[in-house]
Amino acid sequence: MDKPVIELIEVNKQYNGEQALSDISLRVADGEFLSLLGPSGCGKTTLLRLIGGFESCTSGTLLLDGMPVEGIPPEKRAVNTVFQNYALFPHMSVFDNVAFGLRMARKAQDEINGLVAQALKRVQLTGRERRRPSELSGGQQQRVAIARAIVNQPRVLLLDEPLSALDHRLRKQMQRELKRLQRTLNISFILVTHDQDEAFAMSDRVVVMQGGHIEQIGTPMEIYEEPVNLYVADFVGDINVLDGVIEQQSGPQTFAAMVEGAQVSLRSKRNVTPGQRVHVLLRPEDFRLELEQDVAKSRDLFASFHQAKLKGTVQRLYYQGATYDVEVTLEDGKTVQVTEFFDEDSEDLSFKPGDKVILGWYEGWEVVLPYEK
Amino acid sequence: MSRRLKWIYAGLVYAFLYLPLVVVAIFSFNDSKYSLAWHGFTLRWYEKLWHNSSLMSAALNSLLIAGCAATLATLMGTVAAFIMHQYRFPGRKLLFGSLFVMMMSPDIVIAISLLLLFLALHLPLGFPTLLVAHAVLCVPFVATTVYSRFHGFQRDILDAAKDLGADEYQVFRFIVIPLALPAVVGGWLLSFTLSLDDVIISFFTTGPDFEVLPLRIYSMVRLGIKPDVNALCVVMMGITIVALVLSRTLLKEKE
Repeated sequence: MDKPVIELIEVNKQYNGEQALSDISLRVADGEFLSLLGPSGCGKTTLLRLIGGFESCTSGTLLLDGMPVEGIPPEKRAVNTVFQNYALFPHMSVFDNVAFGLRMARKAQDEINGLVAQALKRVQLTGRERRRPSELSGGQQQRVAIARAIVNQPRVLLLDEPLSALDHRLRKQMQRELKRLQRTLNISFILVTHDQDEAFAMSDRVVVMQGGHIEQIGTPMEIYEEPVNLYVADFVGDINVLDGVIEQQSGPQTFAAMVEGAQVSLRSKRNVTPGQRVHVLLRPEDFRLELEQDVAKSRDLFASFHQAKLKGTVQRLYYQGATYDVEVTLEDGKTVQVTEFFDEDSEDLSFKPGDKVILGWYEGWEVVLPYEK
Repeated sequence: MSRRLKWIYAGLVYAFLYLPLVVVAIFSFNDSKYSLAWHGFTLRWYEKLWHNSSLMSAALNSLLIAGCAATLATLMGTVAAFIMHQYRFPGRKLLFGSLFVMMMSPDIVIAISLLLLFLALHLPLGFPTLLVAHAVLCVPFVATTVYSRFHGFQRDILDAAKDLGADEYQVFRFIVIPLALPAVVGGWLLSFTLSLDDVIISFFTTGPDFEVLPLRIYSMVRLGIKPDVNALCVVMMGITIVALVLSRTLLKEKE
């Protein structure tokens, strides 16, 4: 990353003796779309307010374009915020709301007119200049809030759960529009959200936070496929956690292990040693599931499960539209969720409750983590 | 049928409430000094009122005290409301609760306690003591009105203004004042009417050289109701209604 627009170095924040943020170090590239993802109370909003200038760090350094900004108030930072509840000025028209920042910057009226028109066009609100915020729908108010922020051409746009008040359809649509806007404006966006889908759909990189810490920073794909711990794995979508013990190293990055009572082969870039207890993480869609009788009949099918062969019983099926979820109880009593696609050749589901099944996974799709619980 | 009953019922309620006022208004135009019978229309009581210098000076005193007390109470109440909304400090809840105690306290209690205070401080009763008393009466009404207005805005609005480059003064000038203004003006008008028609507190806290209208009327009616008092009541009713309508209009949310 050659030129970070924002850099945080070991930033700490305490509220009344409580640690809200601990040792946050983060670099945001110019033109990057970054999401801060975590449950409420994880410190993501505090971090955003720190960058916006509404809070100050207890210790640590915050650089904006390479310059320390400690003590510089929000009105003097080249950063604008889209607030969660929009925070539009109710006594001003849409035009005046959007023009507010430009007026504070003492721009000429002609310039203001041009820039406001351009910003409103960007968010598709041309023609609503004279309306009051209260006369607009939630989605339109959201657009005004975005226009009001981007019209000032900030270096960074901060978005605090901007879509949480919108319904599902509108949220999807606004996600795409925000992403498009970020590409055209080519400024950095920092989005705070607790919605993993939202973070994944829009971001170049995602920062997963918990309890004031950064748990993992990575591209959506890295976060989803290579979570660094159980917390991250569990937060970003459904996951099955199998427990096991490493028995021996059987090759480079390949290990023989005992997982949930079955002999399996694991791949991991981590340094695990024989005798070590581990978690084996598998997404529901990473599993392969076949009927035990089919596997017994077919030599090829049997061979294709060489890596792992866990036995279990189908408990329930959940229809999901494009896919269906199968709940399987393993022999040792553990329950796992498996997502299966519909078989294109047959209209019937391949499994029914009570079926004896063999469970395996595609080689290398498992994530091996040191034992935590 | 039931519709008709409703109309009759509503009519009776309104008659109960407003008939006395209507009667006063009618008699203020009655061309007879003592009789309760109708002797024809006249404006002579209004004319007489205009020439009654003691009544007119009491009226001017009342307007003066109402204007001053309302202004003082509005300044104090608005600042109090802003502080209570914007800052968290020890005793904030107590302060806020005491506003309601003040509003609920019987006037006579406020009047006597103020009188005791003024006597203890050896303050001569007159315009200054009456002004303080009326301001005390009105501050809680202004503070709660303005507070609820502040409470209606989203907290983030002030942050948003700063975020867009407004400094403290500009936030106050372009956001806080315009948003609070209807409540501030409404609070002023409410205070004005409260002060204008107060009898009890005025009775205890003003001196002989500063007589206000309600007290003047009170002393006049002890000798029987004269038609020029009726005329005066109608004029005061008019002022109160105008102030009330203005304050309701301003306090009504525009959105």
